[in-house]
Amino acid sequence: MPPSTPQTQPAQQLVGEFVLVRLTALRGTLTDGDLDLTGLTSLDTAGAWLILTQARRSGARVTGATPAQSLLLKAVKDALPPDARPARPPRHVELLERVDHLGRETAEAAAGLARITGFFGQVVARLGGTLLHPWRLRFTALVFHMQETGLNAVPIVALMAFLTGIVIAYQGADQLRQFGAEVFVVDLVAISVLRELGILMTAIIVAGRSASAFTAAIGSMKMREEVDALRTLGLDPVEVLVLPRVLALLLMLPVLAVVADLAGLLGGGLMSWYELGISPGMFRTRLLDTDVSHFLVGLAKAPFFAVIIGVIGCFQGLQVGGNAESLGQLTSRSVVQAIFMVILLDGMFSVLFAAAGV
Amino acid sequence: MEAVVEVRGLVNRFGTAVVQNGLDIDLMRGEVLGVVGASGTGKSVLLRSIVGLQKPNAGSIKVLGVDVLTADLSATRGRWGVMFQDGALFSALTVRENVEAPMRVQVKLPAALRASLADLKLAMVGLPPKAGSLYPSDLSGGMRKRAGLARALALDPEILLLDEPTAGLDPIAASEFDALIAALRQALNLSVFLVTHDIDTLNATCDRIAVLAGGKVLVTGTLAEMRQVRDPWVHSYFHGPRAHAALGR
Repeated sequence: MPPSTPQTQPAQQLVGEFVLVRLTALRGTLTDGDLDLTGLTSLDTAGAWLILTQARRSGARVTGATPAQSLLLKAVKDALPPDARPARPPRHVELLERVDHLGRETAEAAAGLARITGFFGQVVARLGGTLLHPWRLRFTALVFHMQETGLNAVPIVALMAFLTGIVIAYQGADQLRQFGAEVFVVDLVAISVLRELGILMTAIIVAGRSASAFTAAIGSMKMREEVDALRTLGLDPVEVLVLPRVLALLLMLPVLAVVADLAGLLGGGLMSWYELGISPGMFRTRLLDTDVSHFLVGLAKAPFFAVIIGVIGCFQGLQVGGNAESLGQLTSRSVVQAIFMVILLDGMFSVLFAAAGV
Repeated sequence: MEAVVEVRGLVNRFGTAVVQNGLDIDLMRGEVLGVVGASGTGKSVLLRSIVGLQKPNAGSIKVLGVDVLTADLSATRGRWGVMFQDGALFSALTVRENVEAPMRVQVKLPAALRASLADLKLAMVGLPPKAGSLYPSDLSGGMRKRAGLARALALDPEILLLDEPTAGLDPIAASEFDALIAALRQALNLSVFLVTHDIDTLNATCDRIAVLAGGKVLVTGTLAEMRQVRDPWVHSYFHGPRAHAALGR
């Protein structure tokens, strides 16, 4: 580019195509003098933008445009921002930014906790109301969700528990054989499956299956304003959408837990028979000797897990905004939160039952 | 005059329902063609066929001399812009990023330059500067349509296809949008394929009108010619109370 001064330089004649695809190449070829467009073969908005921003910066004139090009130049000129330089976001001090971020996240987490607690209270209140007025319950929806979250989960829950039983019996046998205490593998399987693993594995699978389904279904209804439509019809979204789902889980999770217990014992029993030669009859006898409280302790946790999974799944669904990305984010968040809360609660129950001596 | 869109013998069937049955239609260079018809006469299906979203059962469609039924997606990339009914903006991107999206596909540009060009397009469709950093869900219906138009115009296409651009807008916003299309069409030398129900839009922007009925183009012509047509649907469309209000008697 030759050195130039606006006063003395003759008008620069622009040639060729001033279009978007050539924009990077064209930048820097313009000089500060007047611009003559007679040599242009084509011009689009991007080219017009380049010419006009250059002309404005140097105060030069633009000449030789065809009538069609003048129309385009005028339209672009009218649309140019008052300052041609693109606005740059102000640079933050990095540390300050991080502290700011941390504060915001903390406040957001606290607000989220408050919201979900409030939502939990709302669900419990509606649940109480439904117990008082059972005819207000949406029976069809309830049965539908019982099938979706309960019946349809039986195969995967049973398989998982069966395999867990096999693994425990196999690993236990290996260790107990060293002490000649093979027969205690029955107690090991019975206590671990009935008390902990049956219900825990079931809750984790249901959290993965149903919490995500709840969030996605309610979330997409939220996105398409169906939830708002319910409100305008005078229907409470909690009663219509959330209660049947939570109630279905409340009813079905204990059933699934019993299925898992049976499958786990079956797996453990088969493995003991195969690996240690403990006959089914002997397994049964020893099984009946273990305290029934283990089974009851396991089962007692099911309703709590059910409510946790159902409430988190529905709550996250109602948090979805207008954006497709948020649906995905909240669906994965609901699964992670539900599983985390289930395990946390299980730990708290362990402490509680230990203190109570059960 | 040269036809930029040339549809011949188009047939579209959904199950037993025949939507188009040997339809012919042309869009000439530089014109604004309004496509009207009762609900279910296949206006949107026609538009979707032209841009290759709907594979027709029979017929040929040429856009700028390219057969869209067999050609690769990239053959016409950047040469047409489509504005869907509710904008169809990408909800996870800001409005500015939505307008930048077609540019990213077409050409490698420095980020700041691309942002300036996107802002220019947003200003050209009459959006305020602050709209660029908003997300589509934060916009009103009219602003979403403008943003959709800005994205359709991002690459300076030769053909602009609009699906119900003024549906759901208030009368003031709708006539502003009509004026916008008329002005941009002049400035950018566009050929516009416009599907609409809005008789004001037909009046304000269209050079020629095509009426769809029975799976074919029933009649084409200017608005004045439409008012002479004897067909009962066309007659009641262009002589109904709304038409009288829009066109005067």
